Amino acid sequence: MSPSLLAERTAGRLNPRQEQAARAKGVSPGRTRAVAIARGVAGVVVLALVWELLPIVGVFDRYFIPPLHEVLQALADLATSGELARHLRASLVRSGSGFLLATAAAIPLGAAIAWYRPVREFVQPVLEVFRNTAALALLPVFTLILGIGEASKIAIITYACFFPILLSTIAGVATVDPQLLRSARVLGLSPAATFRKVVFPAAVPTIFTGIRISGAASILVLIAAEMVGAKAGLGFLIMYANFNFLIPKMYAAILVTSLLGLAVNYGLVGLERRFSRWRA
Amino acid sequence: MSSRIELHDVGQTFLVRGDDDRRLREFVALDALSLDIRAGEFLTLVGPSGCGKSTVLDLIAGLTQPSSGTLRVDGRPISGPGLDRSVVFQQYTLLPWRTAQANIEFALEAKGGLGKAERAERARTYLGLVGLANFANRYPHELSGGMKQRVAIARSLSYQPEVLLMDEPFGALDAQTRERLQEELVSIWERTGTTVVFITHDIEEAVFLGQRVAVMSARPGRIREVIEIELDRRPAADHDLRATTAFAAYRHRIWSLLREQHVAPQEVAHVA
Ligand SMILES: Nc1ncnc2c1ncn2[C@@H]1O[C@H](COP(=O)(O)OP(=O)(O)OP(=O)(O)O)[C@@H](O)[C@H]1O
Ligand SMILES: [Mg+2]
Repeated sequence: MSPSLLAERTAGRLNPRQEQAARAKGVSPGRTRAVAIARGVAGVVVLALVWELLPIVGVFDRYFIPPLHEVLQALADLATSGELARHLRASLVRSGSGFLLATAAAIPLGAAIAWYRPVREFVQPVLEVFRNTAALALLPVFTLILGIGEASKIAIITYACFFPILLSTIAGVATVDPQLLRSARVLGLSPAATFRKVVFPAAVPTIFTGIRISGAASILVLIAAEMVGAKAGLGFLIMYANFNFLIPKMYAAILVTSLLGLAVNYGLVGLERRFSRWRA
Repeated sequence: MSSRIELHDVGQTFLVRGDDDRRLREFVALDALSLDIRAGEFLTLVGPSGCGKSTVLDLIAGLTQPSSGTLRVDGRPISGPGLDRSVVFQQYTLLPWRTAQANIEFALEAKGGLGKAERAERARTYLGLVGLANFANRYPHELSGGMKQRVAIARSLSYQPEVLLMDEPFGALDAQTRERLQEELVSIWERTGTTVVFITHDIEEAVFLGQRVAVMSARPGRIREVIEIELDRRPAADHDLRATTAFAAYRHRIWSLLREQHVAPQEVAHVA
């Protein structure tokens, strides 16, 4: 069969003997993995080459899109001068505290909302309105109320992270397998124990989808907020470099932003794995 | 320890949507069902699919309340679930994020009164009892259907309830495992004196396990007959209970009872 998604996902798992046979033929799982990683690396290398070569051969204007090595040079300068660390720290504090505040508030609140059906039915439409209001549309409101300092930035990141986690917590808690709840009741578990031992663990995978969305949102909103009014941070750095025609520096800052996004996503995926090792 | 269970004139109706229109209507699942389960007895409940066996079990477990009639355990009305009654559900209900062993410990945590080490010890004992000593650290998704059911059985036994309610617990097992667990269950019952209510649609299983077999009829669910099983159960190496004529006679009697129900509705259809 061709290596399509369909064939890949429906293939049965090898039993130990089949695995042995496969190893004998030289297709160990480790090797399959190595091939996968090599392909991924190749993809990144191709992208880097395209970025490096197209400006040089003149497909793009070299001034607006400098070749990769100039960007990397600018990045190295940023790193050695300590400028990068300063901006990165400012950004991390903002999105980190916004994200953590949102998580700490949204999970208990979401659980409480889902636990009591009347409450859930009461707040659900309101939540839909809030969720579908783009956080950035509210940026002026936040600055109006909280000024242009740290408070308004952290507040808007918290806001943006809050709703995905809240809604996924509600969904996760409300859709726990009723059969599991029945066995908890048969065992005479108190509501609190049922929540702690059955409902919450069952909801964790669903909650994590919200957490991952929030992770991405925390970076997105961070950059936008920093572009509007800040004296430090990656968003500020991008804008500052842009206004001063430090184009390679601007791209270096953008590159760091996407690496940060990547790191956040992989970190959260790793965390999710740790918490849901029990899943097939 | 064991308890007597009395069901008196129990009725249960569900609200369901009609086939032709979308309106809610009442569906009578159980009607005037009476059954007296003696303390310490092993009672099996057979009946055609959909006759209301699981519904009866839910009521005894205290998970649902009847629309009419009364249920009592040791003379006290059943008002909700309790640790005196344990249930093995028709669908296995293991916590997927806990290993086989931790799933049993879960029940022991709920019961309370045991230390961490004692719980682990007890869990291992009961896993061994159902032949899964080597699978203690497997997650449910790494177990076969029958293995999951065995873990669920071990979990129910582990906290030594007074009443054990089992809903087709051996349905997913192969014949050999099934027979082994049947014998194991009988010996556990003999040792502990627990009252067992065992639902099955397998007539042989019902006769083999039950001191009495309650045969249910469908639409509405009722107890049609309760048959006293008197078989020589003394364990002997060369004694195959299932091959005796007495066993065959009981089997046939229950088979006929169930068969009559099966034929009856068709005859009605012919007349109409
Ligand atoms: N919650 C419910 N809502 C509506 N109808 C229900 C509900 N639970 C059970 N029923 C109906 O009640 C009847 C009895 O169901 P029950 O599950 O007790 O059958 P059963 O004897 O256990 O069948 P099986 O041997 O297939 O498990 C069925 O006709 C079923 O459709
Ligand atoms: Mg059933």
